[in-house]
Amino acid sequence: MEVNQLQRTFLEYTAALFREGFLDSQFTQLYQLQDESNPKFVVEVVSLFFDDSERLINDLTRALDEPIVDFKKIDAHVHQLKGSSSSIGAHRVKNSCLPFRDFCEAQNTDGCLRCLQQVKQEYLLIKNKLEDLFQLEKQIVAAGGSTNLVEWML
Amino acid sequence: MGMAASDSQFHVLAVDDSLIDRKLIERLLKTSSYIVTTVDSGSKALEYLGWHEDDRRNTDGTSVSPQNQQEAEVNLVITDYCMPEMTGYDLLKKIKESSSLRNIPVVIMSSENVPSRINRCLEEGAEEFFLKPVRLSDVNKLKPHMIKTKKQDKRESTPPPPPLLSQPLPLPPQSQPPQLQQQPPQLTVAQQPPPQPTVAQQQPPQLSNNKRKGMDEGLPSPDRTRPRYNDLTVVSN
Repeated sequence: MEVNQLQRTFLEYTAALFREGFLDSQFTQLYQLQDESNPKFVVEVVSLFFDDSERLINDLTRALDEPIVDFKKIDAHVHQLKGSSSSIGAHRVKNSCLPFRDFCEAQNTDGCLRCLQQVKQEYLLIKNKLEDLFQLEKQIVAAGGSTNLVEWML
Repeated sequence: MGMAASDSQFHVLAVDDSLIDRKLIERLLKTSSYIVTTVDSGSKALEYLGWHEDDRRNTDGTSVSPQNQQEAEVNLVITDYCMPEMTGYDLLKKIKESSSLRNIPVVIMSSENVPSRINRCLEEGAEEFFLKPVRLSDVNKLKPHMIKTKKQDKRESTPPPPPLLSQPLPLPPQSQPPQLQQQPPQLTVAQQPPPQPTVAQQQPPQLSNNKRKGMDEGLPSPDRTRPRYNDLTVVSN
């Protein structure tokens, strides 16, 4: 596929992610920190987010499965997930953490379980979309296109 | 004053228990040409800074004075507020209560916009309070605080010009002020909010960036406006 076509697809895909609320302006900020000396910064940070989120979701699943639920611990995990998703601009994941914390405070297990489902769903969605995005980026670079994508995104 | 970093480079110690946030703040600071050290807890930060409650010995048993225990001169500490065991506020307190560390400017970061928390930190001596996620525009506000400390360190280590001090006490009125001026800068920085209008005045132009961010996220701007405390300003993101 031709470079221009790839770049156009990339732009459209990114714009849609912003429009649909999957990503917010913090994601753009990440690209501002990427340069020739740190060309893989965004991919690295997002990878950290994937690892971190999967660990937290597993911990949350286990914690909610306990006979006596430790809501304080669960809240701490959700707080962490809220923080990391906010730091990379994963807007919908961040938002899914908000009602979760309310249910923790109310010590409502069912509410928490529902929220966990929602968080899992949003996480999987953004993971797939970002992986697609990075694939596109790789193709652009391989086809000799520009890696300085932040200019277009701003 | 411990090992001096080069005059042209500032060394920032960043404290955060989140790996992602550590990576982010490190990149933000390095992009701004600072030397960065990151640690994941308040206790590790204190260790790095050479803080000891009462003990003045190094691990190898030699005894040193508190000022020489720092691994490297730190010009600013930026710390997350919510951390297990020791919060950013606790760390701030310990630094400000330490005779050897209290001159180091401290900045607090938090993902939560809690006015009472912000007030408490500023009252305890934090220079700034950043809402997470921290941005380049926030990091750009750090330099004045570090420059101020370097200037003050220079004054402390430069011997005052002898002629003024060797004058006898009953001085004609016009000669007295220069002598007094030698002292206040140290006290001002360490104990009070620095009455330096230039720093405060630099802040307002950047308000528009902060408000923009508030609107991007669909939050009403009034929640994001910052109260002013003397010459310290809260930075809302």
